[in-house]
Amino acid sequence: MNFTLKIWRQKNQKDEGRFETYEVKNISPDASFLEMLDILNNQLVLENCDPVAFDHDCREGICGSCGMMINGRAHGKGRKQATCDVRMRSFTDGETITVEPWRANPFPVIKDLIVDRSAFDRIMQAGGFISVRTGSAPDANSIPVCKDNAEEAMDAAACIGCGACVAACPNSSAMLFVAAKVSQLALLPQGQPERKERVQRMITQMDKEGFGNCSNNYACEAECPKGISVMHIARLNREFLTAKLT
Amino acid sequence: MKLDPKIPEGPIEKKWSSHRFNMKLVNPANRRKYSVIVIGTGLAGASAAASLAELGYKVISISYHESPRRAHSIAAQGGINAPKNYANDGDSVYRLFYDTLKGGDYRAREANVYRLAEVSGNIIDQCVAQGVPFGRDYAGYLDMRSFGGAQVSRTFYARGQTGQQLLLGAYSTLSRHIGAGTVKFFDRREMLELVVADGIARGVICRNLRTGAIESYVADAVVLATGGYGNTFYLSTMAKASNATAIWRAYKKGAFFANPCFTQIHPTCIPVSGDYQSKLTLMSESLRNDGRIWVPKKPGDLRIPSQIPEEERDYYLERLYPSFGNLVPRDVASRRAKEICDKGLGVGKTSMAVYLDFADAIKRNGKNWIEEKYGNLFDMYHEITAEDPYANPMRIYPAVHYTMGGLWVDYNLMSTIPGLFVIGEANFSDHGANRLGASALMQGLADGYFILPYTLSDYFGRTKFSSLATNHPEFVKANKRISEETEKLLAIKGKQPVNEIHKKLGKVMWDFAGMGRNEKGLKKALKLIPEIKKEFWSDAKVTGDSDNLNIELEKAGRIADFIELAELLAFDALHRKESCGGHFREEYQTPEGEALRDDKKFAYAAAWEYIGDGKNPKLNKEQLTFEYVKPAVRSYK
Ligand SMILES: Cc1cc2nc3c(=O)[nH]c(=O)nc-3n(C[C@H](O)[C@H](O)[C@H](O)COP(=O)(O)OP(=O)(O)OC[C@H]3O[C@@H](n4cnc5c(N)ncnc54)[C@H](O)[C@@H]3O)c2cc1C
Ligand code: SF4
Ligand code: FES
Repeated sequence: MNFTLKIWRQKNQKDEGRFETYEVKNISPDASFLEMLDILNNQLVLENCDPVAFDHDCREGICGSCGMMINGRAHGKGRKQATCDVRMRSFTDGETITVEPWRANPFPVIKDLIVDRSAFDRIMQAGGFISVRTGSAPDANSIPVCKDNAEEAMDAAACIGCGACVAACPNSSAMLFVAAKVSQLALLPQGQPERKERVQRMITQMDKEGFGNCSNNYACEAECPKGISVMHIARLNREFLTAKLT
Repeated sequence: MKLDPKIPEGPIEKKWSSHRFNMKLVNPANRRKYSVIVIGTGLAGASAAASLAELGYKVISISYHESPRRAHSIAAQGGINAPKNYANDGDSVYRLFYDTLKGGDYRAREANVYRLAEVSGNIIDQCVAQGVPFGRDYAGYLDMRSFGGAQVSRTFYARGQTGQQLLLGAYSTLSRHIGAGTVKFFDRREMLELVVADGIARGVICRNLRTGAIESYVADAVVLATGGYGNTFYLSTMAKASNATAIWRAYKKGAFFANPCFTQIHPTCIPVSGDYQSKLTLMSESLRNDGRIWVPKKPGDLRIPSQIPEEERDYYLERLYPSFGNLVPRDVASRRAKEICDKGLGVGKTSMAVYLDFADAIKRNGKNWIEEKYGNLFDMYHEITAEDPYANPMRIYPAVHYTMGGLWVDYNLMSTIPGLFVIGEANFSDHGANRLGASALMQGLADGYFILPYTLSDYFGRTKFSSLATNHPEFVKANKRISEETEKLLAIKGKQPVNEIHKKLGKVMWDFAGMGRNEKGLKKALKLIPEIKKEFWSDAKVTGDSDNLNIELEKAGRIADFIELAELLAFDALHRKESCGGHFREEYQTPEGEALRDDKKFAYAAAWEYIGDGKNPKLNKEQLTFEYVKPAVRSYK
């Protein structure tokens, strides 16, 4: 397959950035999107040009490193896919593909398609944990957890922290990401002691980082590679309200 | 140098507790005077950094990733072992100890393996308390699986994402400390050099991958939790960025490298489909419970599988191992698949694959049953290959998956350089010549949560530290050396992208030092690797400059180290004239084609000492003694 690629190039945070157009030829339909970019990069290196920088690592949809807007959609048009899960056979031969980094103020571009997502880490540092000391945990089976809650907590915990929810949201809201963690820990008995403090601290940090508000657009759920449900945002709102009321 | 594993006296079940009692303690008020650098934030590094901060030490955590949560541990699927005996099926610390030692084909240190089994129960407690959503039964208690041939159910799991959930648990604790300022985290920093001053490890030199700046970090001790070196083979199930630079640079500074040839090849991975392939995807081992492995009897049989009649198929594992059949251990299944494909009987476009067929299971139990059990794996296979595994058999082929070898450490997890500790997959300690499923996660967390915090405290308590800063001559020297090396890489200005050279290296390693090794092949590898090294340093093309984010430069440095490590790996494989676990030397096999160990000559860990470029490394042996579990032949007939 052959493709024309329009890729966002930006040398560093200060650079203004622009689209550049490239051609790639003879791509196997079985190749992954990132492998197609590898091929492009090989080509660029041979031509003495700077290869396109992008984050990636596991290439199997779990580490959350990869992430780009492909034809305007976070992680491309496929459902429940991270960018590394996208295969070239999902495009048509000869297609022009536009590739951009996540666009959100709290995620400044570092280079080309790489953005700085450390705002997510700072939200986690503010409260996304249970403060248990190493060595002080009771026997694991002394805390039974109702299976339904455990399953729902696991659904929320599946978030890979990729940032597609923010990139897809017209307000650059991080509500789905924050909700996933708050929901997971609120559902578990272990999470109860810090429940109120946690949600307040995480929300405060989220606002401080400049993420926008949720206006029930639901683009986040549609683009989330792990299918995290917006239902968790509803729980987050409830948690936040109750925490503030008491 | 005489290797002293520092195994405590006394009966095996008392060693760890009496050792802890004899350790020097550091008074809580004094702890903030000690500092430690932890490289890596996988299960081992994140758990260690958080636990050390909790004790009150000053912790510097460093990773080449943008966030601690991206570490390769995140990709582990199956589960984590612990002898909780919640299933009431006869599990015990002793049984896990026994299984691990035997599974490692008697090439691990008894005392370490026992301690691992002993502390592993606490890991599950710790993780549950952190909010890790393990699988549960309807009563709300923890559910277990059996895994990797064990006869008991001791594997705890969080769907197919156990590594992710355990890592996020450790990451959350680490985050709490970063937020509180008790751990300082430096992202996108690659450690390129270990700094040894007055004979002890005192810091590291890193490249800031964002800005290109070469930075110095000083502390009283250094911990490497930098993972395995499977990407030496180019294609593996490891994450793309996983590399050996940290342990390799430490090796060149005097840390011994033990058993580099002990590498694990996993039998069920999606085969290579073309030249462009950048990594391999693991399909869970559990598939072998219901899938039957076969190839057509006739070479080059291009008929679609369903049209090949029963009598024209060779179910070779069932034929060779009537009692274990498709469930033989990883190393055996992998080796047999390679043999079959080498004979030209492989299937698929590349002929480098065998069928894993579910037709019988579907006929027996129905499609729904299979879907419920393996649905996500079938979907993943479908997505990657565009083939429907319900209609046609899967094609699978073995892939490099894990490295048992690593830096040599004593019972305290300290390397041969005082003050340099090595934990997780990066050390050689607990798995011998073969790792059992669900035991790597266990080891990483055992090291980080429950072992290193004690042994490092003891080291602090026993050691006098001179105060020193980045203007110390050793730091200045190391800093300069790394800057020069970076410029050297950029100055090669050859014609080949570094990735292409890495692929060549991978091919040599896979062909001659992969699943089946022999003297002739290994000698050939030892001739080819130096040629690749020459090619790299004369013809590699590294674009860009050193004071920016430069992905080609990052790769180039890592590949340069892989090439050197590859040579040591082949050298070790050549010297070990026996077959054991993941190391199969074709000359040493039983008439039935099974691995033939030589306990008289090779019951030791081979700890290689670097004595200079271009010189053969020096072999140091740690003799292994088995007081509790007597080595026996593994048979699966
Ligand atoms: C696909 C797959 C499935 C697996 N499934 C299982 C399973 O079910 N059960 C099981 O027990 N095991 C499993 N394993 C094995 C297990 O995941 C690993 O052995 C384990 O996670 C390694 O953890 P670690 O902490 O030692 O290293 P890693 O998780 O590899 O972490 C290494 C860390 O070091 C950092 N680092 C490395 N070098 C440098 C440097 N030079 N400078 C700065 N930072 C550096 C990295 O950024 C990273 O943070 C699986 C492995 C794979 C590949
Ligand atoms: S909620 Fe979904 S889209 Fe958002 S960070 Fe998590 S996995 Fe990515
Ligand atoms: S590279 Fe890990 S999720 Fe895509």
